[in-house]
Amino acid sequence: MTLGAIGTGHYLVLAAILFGIGLVGILTRRNLITVLMSIELLLNSVNLNLVAFAHERGDLTGQVFAVFTIAVAAGEAAVGLGILLALFRMHQTTELDRARELEG
Amino acid sequence: MELLSAHGATLLFYLFAAVVIAGAIGVVTLRNPMYGALCLLATFLGVAALFLLRHAEFVGVVQIFVYGGGVMVLFLFVIMLVNLHRLREVRMFAGTAPLAAVVATLLVGMLLWAVLARPALVRAGDTAALGAIGGEQIGNPQALAWVLFRDHLVAFEAASLFLLVAMIGAVVLGRRR
Repeated sequence: MTLGAIGTGHYLVLAAILFGIGLVGILTRRNLITVLMSIELLLNSVNLNLVAFAHERGDLTGQVFAVFTIAVAAGEAAVGLGILLALFRMHQTTELDRARELEG
Repeated sequence: MELLSAHGATLLFYLFAAVVIAGAIGVVTLRNPMYGALCLLATFLGVAALFLLRHAEFVGVVQIFVYGGGVMVLFLFVIMLVNLHRLREVRMFAGTAPLAAVVATLLVGMLLWAVLARPALVRAGDTAALGAIGGEQIGNPQALAWVLFRDHLVAFEAASLFLLVAMIGAVVLGRRR
């Protein structure tokens, strides 16, 4: 059995599938923790694209922006989980449907 | 330079791609967020390995540090903090699930169509350039540092400011009244 070399297209297909799975998670799950984890999946799929294109073009800028994306994702996770904790203190739940008011 | 044969690299790509997809499916479908978080960890590590296979050594290691270390610990802490067995998730999925499936299928189909329709590569980029500055081989982290601190310094400072704001915001939100 011979296997062809892996090209950018393989990475793009994988990233598209990963993005789709994460999107389904965001749109369908009711638990805020799972939704935040799905957002991390989306950001990871974008990073895969950036790194694949950096490799294809021999240009490091894509990798630099992958590092920026990771930094932004870390900040997003911190703030999102802070919001989750505030929601849990107020309503004793992590379900999105129960979060209906801006001020408790 | 090349540690792996092309055949081995291809095999590793499919192995880690399978890990990534399986982990992602686990995140979305498992009821218990703790299991979901562990699946997410598998996905993070798989993505890091895929970065390494694309000569993004620094990004791969940062992925393991920041995602596998920092973000994962944040998630696990919060999951333990909110005391899950008091939360019975009656319905896992919202009522919009069929619509969401259609939207996601359409989007992924569009992306795949765009990928498959894209023209063949005219000239492959020089992968040695991912570890070199000015033609001199200095390794990926050092070359990345040159690009980051020379060409994107303003964005770098803006990112540090963003992280400070995010940290203050998280502290304020998590404060006990």
